Amino acid sequence: MKLSPSHSAHDGKALSWRVREGVIELALHREPCNELGSLALDELEQFADAFGSLQREAHALIIYSDLKAGFCAGADLRELYRRSQAMDKTEALKGVRDFLERIHRVLNLIDAAPLTTIAAVHGVTFGGGFELALACDLIIADKMARFCFPELRLGLIPGFGGIPRLKRDLGNAVVRDLLLTGRSFNATKAQQIGLVSQVVAEGEALRAARATAAQLGKFDPDTAAAAKRFIKPIPHDELRQEIDLFCELFSRPAVEAGLKKFVDSTEAQPYLP
Amino acid sequence: MPNKMKANDMPTADHTLDEILNLASVHFKVPRDKLKPDDDFFKALGIDSLQTLELLTRLEHHFHVELPDYELQGVTDFRTLAGKIQARL
Repeated sequence: MKLSPSHSAHDGKALSWRVREGVIELALHREPCNELGSLALDELEQFADAFGSLQREAHALIIYSDLKAGFCAGADLRELYRRSQAMDKTEALKGVRDFLERIHRVLNLIDAAPLTTIAAVHGVTFGGGFELALACDLIIADKMARFCFPELRLGLIPGFGGIPRLKRDLGNAVVRDLLLTGRSFNATKAQQIGLVSQVVAEGEALRAARATAAQLGKFDPDTAAAAKRFIKPIPHDELRQEIDLFCELFSRPAVEAGLKKFVDSTEAQPYLP
Repeated sequence: MPNKMKANDMPTADHTLDEILNLASVHFKVPRDKLKPDDDFFKALGIDSLQTLELLTRLEHHFHVELPDYELQGVTDFRTLAGKIQARL
């Protein structure tokens, strides 16, 4: 089936996609560092709508960033704070839950996709950006990539499926360290703990991801899909629990104070340590 | 004796400091003779928080150490930074 132009390629404000040599390439390009707010979510949902059609002419998906700063800095906390201030607490909480439900639907779709998915990451891969990468089957990291779950600084936990997916891939002790200390770690460490499958030189992650995707194309796609279903279960129950816990924590005054401190910061990237 | 050899191979604090200054000079394009051990590295290198993260990653790769962010909080000069790295060599 030939795809309609609107599905086979898209150039949006936050992200773009196209099919190249049997591989869907999803590029993030929203300054300053691909923060995931309502605009990015709208476009991710457009991608999710097109994903079924795109898969008919592709055997792999690569997600990468076009920005030098990094892969993705996570949720757009400035937007979250601004919107929360503009409405009463009940309404704000409803808005947060709705946002989480929507982004979970997109990430679950990527997680369970029958084709093989690769996150090609560099630089800042924090919070929601880390969670987007964790939804993929493989993470290929530029040696300058840096990972972090900084949510506890705001009195929150990761809300885009990070903990269940990290637990799926890593030992619980490592998960506790990364989550409870909120420390960042480099690509070499990420590979040592089993999170990243390949570490490559600076600027080489996309090239390596394309080479890997070309290799994947040599095999029967149905076998690859069956293997993936067997070894990569979606932790649906824990993902639901994570949304509930996030919303419970979000309603506390400490979170509002943490977000305000973040928004008032004069740093260009206040999410950094 | 292996242990003694290992101890002898370990860089001195001065050597570590010198390597940090060299690395910072090369990557952030500041002449080496402009960088002093007690300089505030944010100001001396003109770096923002994102570039500080890049410096941290480059130092970890260069010295083959892990430097948790919380151990570097409040560290602003090259000499103290060298001490933190030295403690993990």
